[in-house]
Amino acid sequence: MDSTIAAILVQDGIVNGAIYALLALSLVLVFAVTRVVFVPQGEFVAYGALTYAALDTGTLPGSLWLLAGLGAAAFLAGLAQRRPIFGLALSSLVLPAAIIATSWLLVPSKPGILANALLSLAIVTPIAPYIYRIGFQPLAEASVLVLLIAAVAVHLALMGLGLVFFGPEGSRASAFSAASVSVGDFSLSGQALWILGLTGALMIGLYGFFGFTLLGRALRATAVNRLGARLVGIGTAQSGSIAFTLAGAIGALSGILVVPLTTVYYDSGFVIGLKGFTAAIIAGMASYPGAVLAAVLVGVLESFSSFWASAFKEVIVFTAIIPVLLWRSLRHAAIEDDDE
Amino acid sequence: MIRFWPILALVACAILPWTPGLPSFWVSLLNYIGISSILVVGLVVLTGIGGMTSFAQASFMGFGAYASAILSTRYGVSPWLGLPAAIVVAAVGAATIGAVTLRLRGYYLALGTMAVSVSLYFLVANLDFFGRNDGLSSIPPLMLGDYRLTDGRVYLTLVWAMLVAVVVATNNLLDSRLGRAIRALRGGALAAASFGVNTTRTRMLAFVYAAVLAAIAGWLYAHLQRSVNPTPFGLNASIEYLLMAVLGGAGHVGGAVLGALLVTVINDLLQDFLPKLLGQRGNYETIVFGMILLGVLQFAREGLWPHVFRGRVQRREIASAPPLNRRARPVGGSAILAVDHLEKRFGGLVAVNDLSFAVGVGEIVGLIGPNGAGKSTSFNLITGVASPSAGTVALFGQPITGLPPPAIARHGVARSFQHVKLVPGMSVIENVAIGAHLRGQAGALAAICRRDRAEEAQIFAEAARQLDRVGLGQLADRPADSLALGQQRVVEIARAMCLDPVLLLLDEPAAGLRHAEKAELAALLRRLRDEGMSILLVEHDMEFVMGLVDRLVVMDFGIKLAEGPAEQIRRDPAVIEAYLGIA
Repeated sequence: MDSTIAAILVQDGIVNGAIYALLALSLVLVFAVTRVVFVPQGEFVAYGALTYAALDTGTLPGSLWLLAGLGAAAFLAGLAQRRPIFGLALSSLVLPAAIIATSWLLVPSKPGILANALLSLAIVTPIAPYIYRIGFQPLAEASVLVLLIAAVAVHLALMGLGLVFFGPEGSRASAFSAASVSVGDFSLSGQALWILGLTGALMIGLYGFFGFTLLGRALRATAVNRLGARLVGIGTAQSGSIAFTLAGAIGALSGILVVPLTTVYYDSGFVIGLKGFTAAIIAGMASYPGAVLAAVLVGVLESFSSFWASAFKEVIVFTAIIPVLLWRSLRHAAIEDDDE
Repeated sequence: MIRFWPILALVACAILPWTPGLPSFWVSLLNYIGISSILVVGLVVLTGIGGMTSFAQASFMGFGAYASAILSTRYGVSPWLGLPAAIVVAAVGAATIGAVTLRLRGYYLALGTMAVSVSLYFLVANLDFFGRNDGLSSIPPLMLGDYRLTDGRVYLTLVWAMLVAVVVATNNLLDSRLGRAIRALRGGALAAASFGVNTTRTRMLAFVYAAVLAAIAGWLYAHLQRSVNPTPFGLNASIEYLLMAVLGGAGHVGGAVLGALLVTVINDLLQDFLPKLLGQRGNYETIVFGMILLGVLQFAREGLWPHVFRGRVQRREIASAPPLNRRARPVGGSAILAVDHLEKRFGGLVAVNDLSFAVGVGEIVGLIGPNGAGKSTSFNLITGVASPSAGTVALFGQPITGLPPPAIARHGVARSFQHVKLVPGMSVIENVAIGAHLRGQAGALAAICRRDRAEEAQIFAEAARQLDRVGLGQLADRPADSLALGQQRVVEIARAMCLDPVLLLLDEPAAGLRHAEKAELAALLRRLRDEGMSILLVEHDMEFVMGLVDRLVVMDFGIKLAEGPAEQIRRDPAVIEAYLGIA
């Protein structure tokens, strides 16, 4: 291996790592606010990717009907939870209808990359809060273990629904830009620049959101102390819903960024999401900067192992978690009490 | 009748497969249901009872299947010897994964096993040694002499007989000293640790046990199917087994069989029906399974078993048994507990500052003070829940500072909890028996083979004696969570007495008790003192403390304000000021 190849591998790793970093951030966020280990994160990646790929070819994506169906289910769940009917109808019936109408009008004219990306986000993101209302809100007081099993259940259902609405074929979209930048010996593709730029911008945006806005601070308060946050008027359900919305949007965006690079299938999301988890676990499910750093490491490890032993790249990436857990085990005293 | 169910079940296993008209399709389905049940019984012990979960159970099944397949196909080893090999391989694998995750919080095991499961799948699918994606075929069948066990009906007898054995072994394990420790992990881990249970090792036991059952299932699978490939041992299969446990009833061994039956049958129906409905082939059943799982968690979290079979309260027979060994009693006059210059800082806050006091043998000492005085922190420092920033705690002059709770229990210090910590699903007497954990030795194998009965009889005789002593003998078989709060506090004292302690630490024992109950509790504590017990209690209730204790230690803002007999403390101006403010 010479330095050029190494440079390319590092670049690949950082680009992939940026995606994992986004996912790791949202996993840490959802876990902190709701105690849900958000296993279905990967499905949002796949949905975002496949929705964008469909729009890219000028066809209506199957996720539109999924959005409508889950919206209706969330409406019913909201009725059962006795939520005010007007807001409920607006968020879970009118919103999907408006998104479907917009797509129906826009898509045939192939409105361009930016419109497609925004439309994909609009289609996929609301699915996350619907899922929260249907699946997790009724379980809000359950143990982490129960919430984890529920998350696996949602992953299972969403993966099956992905097969129904997108079909078994994989899709790939054209790159955001064909341009590339050359620096000395190696060149950086336009797509890579987009990924790094957007990831960086999003991280700064999240930092601002959590540091300086009331809503962001409310989420942090919930993460630190659920009961205390509720006593000062921050609704647990509302915080959970916002956390899920952010996670859905981050997942969908990751998918949109990834699908010009690689072919995505309805079930590809899980393994991508699991790499986000690997990073989040390395960071102890708690630290945001730690998660970003770990994600870049995971990406670089992946690109080097796919160069040396491509068949074993997943094996190497997922086994890397073992020494990290061992180190954490040796550092921490045994946990005697339950996690809540 | 109930006692002899395993024999009846074994007879049924031998006869029922030969029912005339039983379609071979059902024979094959029942074989898979039996195999899945064996694995899911392990998951019940791990998840429903132990409160942990693993997404590598199908991988452990694969360990078992591949171990036996490789040995018998490639090295000509008898398939029967594949079983011990399968068990050893899975146990070693589980112990390795357990060693790195079980000391951490619960979700690390879940996520760690998820990653390991995906990793193993790709490893096996890419190595020639395991036959890559195609796997291994022409695995030799099991043999009885010259008879090949290839008939599905004969195999059915083997599978279900193994299942009966596994259920009996599991029930035996759960109804033992270590079984009670496993059952205490969920909701009562700190309490169990305070009576000497090594919770990490107990978690490991449950995890390895579940993996061993999975390996047995894998061994049966390999020699039934006569071929193995990576797919049935992947992550999705593990999730399906978890679904079986949750749907059937993760807290009940019977729920495992019910869940395996339901999921296997539903799966078969869905795989027929859904592709017809949707017009193409694919794993659509995952949608239905996901929704079922979510529905069960929301509407019947205990699974179906408790709704189908209502458990009856079983009376435990207490046989007379020789008493358990007792530890040497301390002689009167000396100090049993000495707290010396104890200090605890949380960042800049000094919660306990330079606290020194002693408890003599046969003495009741009360630690009192206003809210936030540092009483509970001091209590945690003495019981090993937190470690002090400075200072020492000594028992008979021997330092016990910073030791973990199980080690402190081993020194003969028993405690109760301010927020009662009894294991909800267990009977009162079983909860009390946890107190005697350190006075027994029986291990898991002895428990499974019922070689622990003599010791168990001793433990339960002791538990019954302590329950009678505190006046709750008639409630022994009631579920612990069905008792009134005051009674639960007294049960905690009986549990503490089962440790055969030299020192009893009680954290607000009178909180939530009615007047008459307080009087009874005070009488009980006096009786214990007169028998030579030394007691330190943290308390809020002045009236209760004043008439009971020999000496009081008063704390305020982390420091010792006063110490002395109750009468003297009552008149101490500093104490009056701390409690009532300056007049």
